[in-house]
Amino acid sequence: MAQLITLIVAVVLIAGIIWWFFGKHQQEVSDATVSNNSQSATVVVNGGYSPETVILKKGVPAQLHFDMKDHTACLSHVVFDKLGVNKDLTKQPVTTIDIPTDKAGEYNFACGMDMFHGKVVVK
Amino acid sequence: MKLNSTNRFWIVFILTIPMLIQMLAMPFHWMMPGYNWVALVTTTIIMIIGAWPYWTSGWAAFKKHNANMNTLVAIGTGIAYLYSLFAMVTGRPVYFESAAFITVFVLLGDTMEERMHDNASNALQKLLKLQVKSAQVLRDGHFVETPLAEVQVGDIVQVKPGQKVPVDGVITSGQSTVDESMITGESMPVQKHAGDQVVGSTINGDGAIEFRATKVGNDTMLAQIVEMVKKAQTSHAPIQNLTDRISQIFVPAVLIIAIMTFTIWFAFLGATAVQAMLFAVATIVIACPCALGLATPTALMVGTGRAAKMGVLIKDGTALEEIENVKTIIFDKTGTITNGQPAVTDIVGNQSQVLQVAASLEASSEHPLAAAILQKAKAESVDYPSATDFQALEGRGVMAKVNGEGAFVGNERLAAESKLPSDLQQKLHTLQAAAKTVVIVGYAGQVIGLIAIQDAPKPSSAAAISALKARGLKTVMLTGDNQRVAEAIAKQVGIDQVIAGVLPNQKAEQVQALQKDGKVAFVGDGINDAPALTTADVGIAMGSGTDIAIESGSIVLVQNDLNGVVRALDISKKTFNRIKLNLFWALIYNLIGIPIAAGLFVSFGLQLSPEIAALAMAFSSVSVVTSSLLLNRVKIAGTTAA
Repeated sequence: MAQLITLIVAVVLIAGIIWWFFGKHQQEVSDATVSNNSQSATVVVNGGYSPETVILKKGVPAQLHFDMKDHTACLSHVVFDKLGVNKDLTKQPVTTIDIPTDKAGEYNFACGMDMFHGKVVVK
Repeated sequence: MKLNSTNRFWIVFILTIPMLIQMLAMPFHWMMPGYNWVALVTTTIIMIIGAWPYWTSGWAAFKKHNANMNTLVAIGTGIAYLYSLFAMVTGRPVYFESAAFITVFVLLGDTMEERMHDNASNALQKLLKLQVKSAQVLRDGHFVETPLAEVQVGDIVQVKPGQKVPVDGVITSGQSTVDESMITGESMPVQKHAGDQVVGSTINGDGAIEFRATKVGNDTMLAQIVEMVKKAQTSHAPIQNLTDRISQIFVPAVLIIAIMTFTIWFAFLGATAVQAMLFAVATIVIACPCALGLATPTALMVGTGRAAKMGVLIKDGTALEEIENVKTIIFDKTGTITNGQPAVTDIVGNQSQVLQVAASLEASSEHPLAAAILQKAKAESVDYPSATDFQALEGRGVMAKVNGEGAFVGNERLAAESKLPSDLQQKLHTLQAAAKTVVIVGYAGQVIGLIAIQDAPKPSSAAAISALKARGLKTVMLTGDNQRVAEAIAKQVGIDQVIAGVLPNQKAEQVQALQKDGKVAFVGDGINDAPALTTADVGIAMGSGTDIAIESGSIVLVQNDLNGVVRALDISKKTFNRIKLNLFWALIYNLIGIPIAAGLFVSFGLQLSPEIAALAMAFSSVSVVTSSLLLNRVKIAGTTAA
């Protein structure tokens, strides 16, 4: 009997994992706040990036603030491969990175091991 | 309270000591009095200090439909700890030490990895440290100590013996030797006179020099190198697409395997719930997506940093990966294989007399060949009187009076009027056959000798090309020059194939044609090389070349020397091989470790407890970083290990 219950629970759990991790889910997107010819957005780092996508206006100088709430080594660095940025987020509570907005385009960012991803869209 | 992972590790480590003592004393049948209570208290503190961050991070990730390393650590420690609480209440054997040891090993791995990660990226800091803080700048007739940020283009800067050159510029007075090894990798100090370029952060030798600043701030060579290395170190190699795909499904897959492990042991193989649970926890804990994730970025970081120190700037991981499959290397001729400037190669006749007469005549000429002759006269310290009654003869040469006698320098048509002795006639033909431009020198109505001029190959070209051929690469020379000149140069340096008479706008087409036989690398320096540099699978730009060429290349050689191509090839291959080795190791570790932890080999007596699994996991990621750091020690052609 215990065996049967275990089996059923296991099947349900596996199905749940597949649905939760591989199913289609909405991603968090947010626009930057624009004020006096500058714009900024804050990305909270805790078990990933929220929001995962930040939208910036083209032509307005932009700053991205990374608010570090995670205390594990996994997310300690943020890397913008196209910008040559590799910043340690653990040195200060909030790390600010300047994003060039002269051209429309996308800048991906990821943790130091390329396991967590986010992106900045300039348009 | 804010603790970093090092502090957390030490606190947790001290707290595990009582459990460690108990574990070691177990074989002697000694039981610590009130062990369960000691374990409960210490493990609870360990969970709060050491494991809690993993739980919150794992949970935050879970809510975003993400799973990672932290998820696995959180589930592993969570199950062991919560089960032990339940076991204690119901009077069963507890497993607090599993939860505690998993935490301590994971923290140990994180701490070591973080430290080594910093080591891996320190090539950049070393470069930045080369920069000086201030310069001696001429202001109102005096040299004044000026902060670097205030140095302007056009300022006259003084550098005393032994000091660092603060910014890039051109020497206006003084001479010295300059150690440029930090920028070019060239270990021999270079002689510098007025008119020569100096590069910021190189070290002045024993002479004092003054120079005019030409590049400051972010435009200096060092700043450009730093920018390039930064981008290279954070760039992606295409091979990472594989790890990205694996890492997306890795953790959920491990969780499913763990559930299956528990179910199969408990429901089908008749294990107790506790045994089945230990197998499942070991499976979760041994899996290490970190090793996979670290494999490429750390090797790229160390490899590109090492390359920069040797004067090879690799712009991104793609170039590194492409060069592995390159079959053919195409060289531009002028300025790449050759010096790019005509120079005197042979003088026939009385050396000093011939040179003296020729230099006198050419001193007032603007012909490009004249510069070569004057330079030779300067190098040989030949003094020459100034000529009078100067006459330029269109398409033939120049005539003038030197010391009152008629003299000329020119081609065969000009010499036709005086008779050319037959031995000189023969020499003339030999030199011309070697694709040299020959001028005839006459004095007092007689032909006194010949001067041969050629854009000669750089001294290092032949050795570099033979080293490339030894690596099984086909070498091709592409040039706008005529076939005869091109072939003579190709013969001198040992190039396999010559494509001559190529118009600048056809270079890219020729590269495309050669691409049909496999991947190609193109080495060039001029503006007209830019399309070819972009078209080729790997574009290698000579650092002395034009900005456009440097922009177009995916690898830039700081030193104006083809040995850099050999070095670029070596370091790229070694770095890419290291990435492959790291990935292979990370995959094999998981592929072997997970089945062992799941208890697949129990019948062979092979079984892992959750704590040993955690130790293995910690060391797998540390070993990947170690392997990348060892790239600093591999042998690269023409250099010593750092």
